[in-house]
Amino acid sequence: MSFLEIKDIRKKIGNVEILKGINIDLEKGGFLVLVGPSGCGKSTLLNAIAGLLPPSSGDIVIDGQVVTDLHPSKRDIAMVFQSYALYPNMTVEENIAFALEMRGVDKAAREAAVKQVAKTLQIEHLLKRRPSQLSGGQRQRVAMGRALVRQPRVFLFDEPLSNLDAKLRVEVRAEIKALHQNTHATIVYVTHDQIEAMTLATKIVVLKEGTVQQVGTPSEIYNRPANLFVADFMGSPAMNMLKGRVVSSGGAQAIALFGNENVKVAMPPSVTKSLADGKEIILGLRPEAITDTGLLDPQVRSVAQIVADVSMVEPTGSDTFVTGKLDGASFTARTRADVHVSVGQKFPFAFNLDKAVVFDPETTGRID
Amino acid sequence: MSAANETISAGSARTARYFIYAALIILAVVYLLPLYVMLTTSLKPLDEIRGGDMLALPREPSIAAWVRAWGEACIGVSCVGIKGYFWNSIKMVVPAVIISTLLGALNGYVLTKWRFPGHKIVFGMMLFACFIPFQAVLIPMARLLGLMGLSNSTTGLVMVHVIYGLGFTTLFFRNYYEAFPDELVKAAMIDGAGFFRIFWRILLPSSGPIIVVTIIYQFTNIWNDFLFGVSFAGGEASPMTVALNNLVSSSTGVKEYNVDMAAAVFAALPTLFVYIVAGRYFVRGLMAGAVKG
Repeated sequence: MSFLEIKDIRKKIGNVEILKGINIDLEKGGFLVLVGPSGCGKSTLLNAIAGLLPPSSGDIVIDGQVVTDLHPSKRDIAMVFQSYALYPNMTVEENIAFALEMRGVDKAAREAAVKQVAKTLQIEHLLKRRPSQLSGGQRQRVAMGRALVRQPRVFLFDEPLSNLDAKLRVEVRAEIKALHQNTHATIVYVTHDQIEAMTLATKIVVLKEGTVQQVGTPSEIYNRPANLFVADFMGSPAMNMLKGRVVSSGGAQAIALFGNENVKVAMPPSVTKSLADGKEIILGLRPEAITDTGLLDPQVRSVAQIVADVSMVEPTGSDTFVTGKLDGASFTARTRADVHVSVGQKFPFAFNLDKAVVFDPETTGRID
Repeated sequence: MSAANETISAGSARTARYFIYAALIILAVVYLLPLYVMLTTSLKPLDEIRGGDMLALPREPSIAAWVRAWGEACIGVSCVGIKGYFWNSIKMVVPAVIISTLLGALNGYVLTKWRFPGHKIVFGMMLFACFIPFQAVLIPMARLLGLMGLSNSTTGLVMVHVIYGLGFTTLFFRNYYEAFPDELVKAAMIDGAGFFRIFWRILLPSSGPIIVVTIIYQFTNIWNDFLFGVSFAGGEASPMTVALNNLVSSSTGVKEYNVDMAAAVFAALPTLFVYIVAGRYFVRGLMAGAVKG
């Protein structure tokens, strides 16, 4: 049975429907990441779970108990805010102990709990300081300590890393992941950063304009995006979207790319049903599925080699991103770092069709 | 013709600075002159004052006039000095300042963190209270105090000042709490703190600067108020300002300028004290909302 159930949650503010019927289940110990562009309703949904913003309709169920009408403090949840929301007038110790104090836990037990959490997060030396005397990363840790000390049923994180600099973000991200692995806590995490979503989640929910676009594991979301929006939103650099048309080629179906009958690739294995000849489709290929011929996975079953003009070369150190251009359309390929290629040259790109997905441009959905 | 392109020589910059300092010193002297006259006159015996040189230092300084003003001077028909009225003012100003500040803080808290439909209208109406002239409320207020049995009492005066001050204190605290992060209130709610607990434990302890501003503002206003004092609390219940006026205008024989001046200094001391103790927070508090990005 799922531990956290979000049942048909709708939220209207004024005349605008922010959430349009959200249904999500999460098992105990799961790490759910709500991801989407700003304004997609992910923070509103998190506030509804927390009880800070009551939904217009629908139910929130935690561990079999309907909590929709319960006060936030009665839901047995803890939340880490984007601004950390540490009480400025209290020391770190008092901040962490505040929730316990409000619950009437006696002083000795409070001190023991604070000590325990401080040890876990390695902030023991900071306990007597005030939030204003801490760095961003330290504040972040105190905010997590404040949530941890209560041992709640569900942890809620509202974009907790967005106020940190890039290096610290990666460190704290790893710490959150380790924390989840060690405590087996149930976590709901909001972010607009798709890399955070991929690295942390056991389950990702992609939201757009108040509707769920796709629910799945990080690998499902990444490799088999449900529609063009998810395909484009997840992954950096973005997935290549190549326009094509279905053609028959010697009994089997194939795709003519770039509107050029001479550039043909086989129908990717992800498509099982037969499509009408002449149907316009969009072929989605991650940059790592287009490489130089040397980097190609030897296990690959379906591959096409296409020669195209090189219009840009971007070395990143570990790989080199090469932008290819053919018949006015361009695509990004991820090649070996030491590949010999220069702008203006013709270069043979290997298209790994095992990893390709096909979308319908009319419905924007994936074709299976 | 732009000023930025003109080069200013070191010499002319120095001249300008001398000029600025000279002007500032002259203005400071002009402002301090009345205080100087008050203090010197209060320390002079009467015949020295009659000599006519207001600016002269006292030849035989004595605090006799101060003692007289505090404990012996005649106000109306009773000759017991101003000390009773001084305590009247203290008894009026302390509760009035505390109550109006606390209520203002509570109002500001509700108007920013527990918004209800129509909160803007309520706040607008409270702001409006700041602009009602004192004179306009005299008669309705007198009637109200009469009905409540609070005429001619310090309690009544406290109530009047609390009501009149509420508009200002609410304005101060609302603007301060507007910049106070909502997330802190949400975090405290999740932690299990209720309405008053959040106010006492989270908001109020973080409101130091605005509390100081409000206290200074309310203290000086209420202490210096004359109109409400003279209208709603006569005789024995008069505050200091009213007593001072009565002392100065009581004419029993010789006009004792030194006693009048000493009494006036007594009347000014508490506000002076508040400014000196808390003044540096005043500017800081006023600037806090303005500068913070």
